[in-house]
Amino acid sequence: MMSAAMDHRASSPWTVHWANISKMAAEVPGVTTYELTFGDPLIAREYQFSPGQFNMLYLPGVGESAISISSDPAEPEKLEHTVRVAGNVTRAMSRLHVGDQIGIRGPYGSAWPMRSCREHDVVIACGGIGLAPLRPAIHHIIHHRDDYGRVYLLYGARTAKDLLYTEQYDAWRNAGIEVEVTVDIGDAEYRGHIGVVPILFYRLRLKPERTRVLTCGPEVMMRFVIFEALARKIKRDHIHVSMERNMSCAVGLCGHCQLGPTFVCKDGPVFTYQALEPYLNLENF
Amino acid sequence: MTAKPKLAVFKFASCDGCQLTLLDCEDELLAVAEAVEIAYFLEARTQEIEGPYDIGLVEGSVTTDHDARRIREIRKQCHYLITIGACATSGGIQALRNWADLPEFVRHVYADPQVISALDTSTPIADHVIVDFELRGCPINKQQLLSVLLSLIGGHKPRLPSYSVCIPCKQRQTVCVAVTRGIPCLGPVTQAGCNAICPAYNRECFGCYGPQQQANVPSLTHQFLRAGADRGHLVRLTRNFNGYAPEFREASNLLEQHD
Amino acid sequence: MAPRHLPVGSFVRIDKHDLQSILDSLSQRGYRTIGPRLRDDAMVYDELTRVSDLPIGYIDEQDGGRYRVVSDPQQRWFGYVVGPHSLKNFVFPPHETLLRSHRDADGLWSTQTELPETRPVAVLGVRSCDLRALRVQDRVFLEGPYVDVHYQSRREPLFLVAVNCARAAATCFCHSMKTGPAVRGGHDLALTEFVDHFVIEVGSDTGGEVVTETNWTPCTIEEVQAANDVPQRLSSAMQLRDKTLPASSAGDVEVDHPNGRYLDIRGIRELLLDNLEHARWQAVGKRCLSCANCTMVCPTCFCSSVEEVASLTQDNVERKRSWASCFTAEHSYMNSGTVRKTTASRYRQWLTHKLATWHDQFGQSGCVGCGRCITWCPVGIDLTVEVAALRGDKS
Repeated sequence: MMSAAMDHRASSPWTVHWANISKMAAEVPGVTTYELTFGDPLIAREYQFSPGQFNMLYLPGVGESAISISSDPAEPEKLEHTVRVAGNVTRAMSRLHVGDQIGIRGPYGSAWPMRSCREHDVVIACGGIGLAPLRPAIHHIIHHRDDYGRVYLLYGARTAKDLLYTEQYDAWRNAGIEVEVTVDIGDAEYRGHIGVVPILFYRLRLKPERTRVLTCGPEVMMRFVIFEALARKIKRDHIHVSMERNMSCAVGLCGHCQLGPTFVCKDGPVFTYQALEPYLNLENF
Repeated sequence: MTAKPKLAVFKFASCDGCQLTLLDCEDELLAVAEAVEIAYFLEARTQEIEGPYDIGLVEGSVTTDHDARRIREIRKQCHYLITIGACATSGGIQALRNWADLPEFVRHVYADPQVISALDTSTPIADHVIVDFELRGCPINKQQLLSVLLSLIGGHKPRLPSYSVCIPCKQRQTVCVAVTRGIPCLGPVTQAGCNAICPAYNRECFGCYGPQQQANVPSLTHQFLRAGADRGHLVRLTRNFNGYAPEFREASNLLEQHD
Repeated sequence: MAPRHLPVGSFVRIDKHDLQSILDSLSQRGYRTIGPRLRDDAMVYDELTRVSDLPIGYIDEQDGGRYRVVSDPQQRWFGYVVGPHSLKNFVFPPHETLLRSHRDADGLWSTQTELPETRPVAVLGVRSCDLRALRVQDRVFLEGPYVDVHYQSRREPLFLVAVNCARAAATCFCHSMKTGPAVRGGHDLALTEFVDHFVIEVGSDTGGEVVTETNWTPCTIEEVQAANDVPQRLSSAMQLRDKTLPASSAGDVEVDHPNGRYLDIRGIRELLLDNLEHARWQAVGKRCLSCANCTMVCPTCFCSSVEEVASLTQDNVERKRSWASCFTAEHSYMNSGTVRKTTASRYRQWLTHKLATWHDQFGQSGCVGCGRCITWCPVGIDLTVEVAALRGDKS
C-alpha cells in the first residue's frame, strides 16, 4: 500500500503500520513536529510520499486523524508531521513521548503539481499550520532549484509567536526562495509586516502566464488568495488549493469528505481552483 | 502518576434512577472506582470528601430556591460539570408543572400545603449555570456514562451521537412503527442513545433522550395530524420526560394553540 | 448427451413447490438462505429455509411515509415488491469490526484485520432494482483504487435468486431509472411467477448446477415468451401510468401519489448542479426531519463512520464501522466546525450526490428507483416531487 507502484487493491485499506516517535520538537504554542520511524524495516524501506499528501495517524482507543506530511520527500525515512492540537487525537498525541507508538495508514491523496510547476514562477501562499503541507514542496523546489523560476513564499500567522519553522527561513532564502512573512497582530518586538497573507501579493510583480499559485490555510484566506491571483490574470487551473474536510477513511469509501463531485481524501486534498470553483463560495455546501 | 480525579455525584429533583445507572455498572464499577476517587456520592457511600472536584455529575432539575443557590455553589466546586438525565438536562417529567398551576397541585397532593416551598417551574441545570456536557436519557445509558467518564479521565472531549433514534433503529433492522402502522413515534426528532429499544419492542419512541441536534418537531407532528392522529395525544407525547426541552416545548405549545 | 448442468441463459420450468428443493440445494451447499418474510407488518429479509414461510398471498401498499401489508386476491408468492431491507444489509452490514488492536505486556501495540465469517449467503426474491443497487455498491467498494475487503468477502460468494416483478408499488419508479422491472444480469437465477409454476432463467454456472438438482423441465418457446412478457407488461403499465399522473401535483408536497411516480432524468446532473441555490432546498429543509431514514433504507447509500471500541483497560481496541448518514451534524464535522449546518444543506447534499455527482464519481446514477426513501420517510418527502419542483415542472 505504501509506494505508488504498489497495488493498493491487494490489501485492506484499514491496515495500520506501526511507527515509533523518533523525535518530537515543539514548534510554536500548541504545535509539535513528530518524526516517525516505521517498526517494520520493509515498510520503512519502501515508504515514499509526494509533497502535499497526508497520512492517517492512529492512536488505539482515541481514533485517527488526517495529518499532512511536512518533511522532505527526498528523505522519506525522516517522516515528519507538524501537528496542531485541535481534537482528541491531536491532543492525545501531544501527551506522547519519544519512543511511543503511532499507527500509520498512507500516504493518501493528491500532491502539489511539482512537475507542471517546472519552468514557472511559483507563489506559495499559506497561513498558520497551512505551511506544514507546503514544506515538502519547498524542499522539493530547493533540491531542483534550477527547474523553477522565481519562487515566493508568502506566509502569515496570527502573531509572530505562531510562525512555524522560523529558524529555516534563512536557509530557504539562501536557496533562492523569496520569503515574505506577515502576522495578523504585531507586538513591540515584531519588526516585520502586519496584515493578512493575500496583501503580500501587492509586493510581487508576477507574470501571469508563467505563474502557479499553491495555497493552503483557512478557507477564507485561500478565497482571498484566489481572488488576488485571479485579479493578476493567473489561470484558474494554475491555482492549486489544499482543502480540508472530514477525512475519515482516506480512501473514498466512507463518504464524509465529499465536496461536490469530489472526495477530498482521494481526489484531493490538492485541487485546481478550476475544479472547485462552482462549490467554494456556497454556504453550507 | 498524578492523583486520581475526584468524582462527585449530586442530586436535585429527580427519581435517583440516573445515579443508579452508575451503580448498575457492576462489571465496570471496580474499574471506574480504580480510575477515579469517588469523593461525594451519597447514594453509594456515606463518606464525604470536600471539594473541589474534578468531575461533578448532576442529576435532577432545579425546583426550589435552595436548589438554585446550591447549583451555583456546586458549579464553583467542579472543574467539569456534567448533567445526567432528562431532569437535569431539560427539567424532567416534573416540568409538566410549568404548564400548570403549582399551588393547585400542592393543595391536591399535600395535607399541609403551607410547608411546601417550591418554585413555579422545574428547570434544567443549564438554565442556572454553565454546563460542560449533557448526558441525555430517562434514565441515562450505562455505556454512554462510562464512555463520557473514560473520555474525561483520559483527557478527551466526550463525543456522543447527536443524531436521531432512527439511525440505530434502522441499524437494528427494526421495521418502522410509524410507517407501517401509523403510530406517532418521536424517534425521528429524538436523540439516539437508547439503541432504539422501544421500536424494537413494537412501541413508539417517547423521546426519553430529548431532541436530536436538528429536531424538526412541527414537521413531524404536522404529518401525524395529516395521517389522522389525535392532537391531544400528540401534545401528551411531546410533553413528556423531556417536554420542557425547547424543541419539544415549542411543538406542544404550537399544537395546543391550534386546538 | 445432456450437459452436466444447465448452461447460462437456459430457461426451465419448475412446479411452484419445487422451489423448496432449490432452497434445500443451497443449504446443502453451505449457504445461509435468506428470503422475504412477513415480520412486524412488513416484508423483511430474514432466514428462510421453508418456502411455506414466504409471505404467500400478501402484497404491500406503499406511498410517501406509508407502508401497509394487505392480502393478495391472486395469492401470489412474490406479489409484494421491496421492503425496508435490501442486499446492502448483507454485503455492507449496519455494524462490523474492521480491525483489532492489542497492547501486550510490554506496552506494544499490534493489529490485525478482522475479516467477516465466510459462510456465504443466498438471497431469494431479489428484485431488479436491488440487483442494480448492488452493482452501484460494487462500483464504490470494489472498483475504485482501493478495495473494501470486508465488502468483497461477503459479496463474492453471494448467490442471488431474483424475481421478475409483475406488480409495482406506487413508490416504484425503476422504469424511469431504467433499472427494472425486468431482471437483466447480476443474478444466479431469475424467477418469473405463474399460477402453478415458475419459469427460471439460469444466470450463472452455480445457478445452473443448483437448478439441475431440482425437478425441472425444459421451457417451450411459448413459456419463455410468457416469462419475458411479465416484466414487459409491467413496464408498459408503468409507462402508461405516467401519462395518467396528475401533472399539477408535481411541485405540491401535500398530495399523495397512490397511482405512481416517475422521475424525468433528462439532464438531471446539470439540473441539480445548476440549481444549488434554488429556493426549493429551503422549502424541503422545512419539512425534512434530518432523521436519516432515507439514507438507512437506500440500497446504494454507502456512508459509514468508524468508532473505537475499547476494553476498560484500553488494551484491546476494535475499530467498528457503522452505517452513517449525510443528514447528521457528525458527518461533515471538522475541528473547525460542521460544514453542512442546516437541514436544507444536508438534503441538498444527499439529493445532488444521489442523482448528480454520483455520475462524476462512479459513472452512473446513485438512484435505482426502488422508492424506499419515499416510503420510509416519516413525513413522506418524495425525491421525484423535489426534482420536478427544481425543474419548475408544473405543466
